[in-house]
Amino acid sequence: MIYLLLAGVLFVIGLHGLFVARHLLRKILSLNVLSAAVFLLLVALAREADPLDAVPHAIVLTGIVVSVSATAVALVLLVRLSRPREDQRKLMDEEGG
Amino acid sequence: MGWLVLVFDGLLAAALIWLAWQATHTPGLFRSVISFIIFGLLMALAWVRLDAPDIALAEAAIGAGATGALLLSALGRLVATHEEGAPWQERRDLYFWIPAGGALLGLLTLAAWMLPSPGLGEQVQDALPESGVQNPVTAVLLNFRALDTLLEIGVLLLAAIAIWSLGRMPLPSAPAVRSPALPALGRLLFPMFVLVSAYLLWRGSHAPGGAFPAGAVMGAGGILTILAGAQPWLTGSVHGPWRMLLSLGFAAMLALALGVMALGQPFFAYPPGLAGLIVLALELAAGLSIAMSLVALYLAGQPPDHWEGEARGE
Repeated sequence: MIYLLLAGVLFVIGLHGLFVARHLLRKILSLNVLSAAVFLLLVALAREADPLDAVPHAIVLTGIVVSVSATAVALVLLVRLSRPREDQRKLMDEEGG
Repeated sequence: MGWLVLVFDGLLAAALIWLAWQATHTPGLFRSVISFIIFGLLMALAWVRLDAPDIALAEAAIGAGATGALLLSALGRLVATHEEGAPWQERRDLYFWIPAGGALLGLLTLAAWMLPSPGLGEQVQDALPESGVQNPVTAVLLNFRALDTLLEIGVLLLAAIAIWSLGRMPLPSAPAVRSPALPALGRLLFPMFVLVSAYLLWRGSHAPGGAFPAGAVMGAGGILTILAGAQPWLTGSVHGPWRMLLSLGFAAMLALALGVMALGQPFFAYPPGLAGLIVLALELAAGLSIAMSLVALYLAGQPPDHWEGEARGE
């Protein structure tokens, strides 16, 4: 029961952060908190069942890997956004030399 | 003992809420990132409390380890890491967003509440002897719902391709302290990571473990090796065995799913008797691909033709 409540609170924190955060990195963190809340909800519900339900566990494992992929792509895009000119100059240097 | 467990759960929940707030709402990006890493570690504890040791293993290695390394390396590459003013915006339209978020939360709770209550636990238990493994989570991942796992490895591959296609990222700079001991230590430690991964992979057939934790541990080992400044095992030809290893998991699963169709079985239905062997082979391929993908995600760009820092001839 504690964990169901925890999932709700984390969901609200993540959602709020996603809406109001100013820095994009913070939005990515909020998105991760949000996904952790959803995973927590799934697994906490799975524990209520009598033979432990393995399907949500497998889905959450899948979800963790998918969320780390999404985070990685988002972070690379974020870094690209923050230093576009520098990279272009570097690329031109590489091709020239 | 009952109240002690309750106190532990309460403390854990309070710490998680505090860390989530720290990560998303307090000034200082570095501080938020560190808070988030600790949040991931404590989440692993929460998974253990929820009887989900498989997820705990993966969360500790991926959620806290790999994501933490990704976040820190991205933070180091950002040009401006200080935020001006408050970390959040004053927004008028929150009068809309707060009720909207509340409604979303309420609807999700309702949806979760209305799920069929016993779940699929019994069906999984009944079908377990046919799956070839004794661990229900591995059985679901690589036998009953192997299609989900195939698509998930596809997502991981897609992420790596997307990142490579953005071109070359300035490499993670060489270790701050230049020391010949660091690369040597990295090379010495990597076999240990491989050993732990192999154990987790083998264990996955009958106990918590399997391809995901194994791949995550090996990926973390690879990231550590790169951090230490030693990468001899990936060099060689232009991109080394990168591309093959990255696509190995996806290719093996797809080939198998189509291969069983040639034997007269439906898509992804393993012939009885061979299931155990097939699951083990797929776990090996998927674990290797997950490990390589994590390293590729960490590099945040196309790997260079040859590594700086170490002489090529070594």
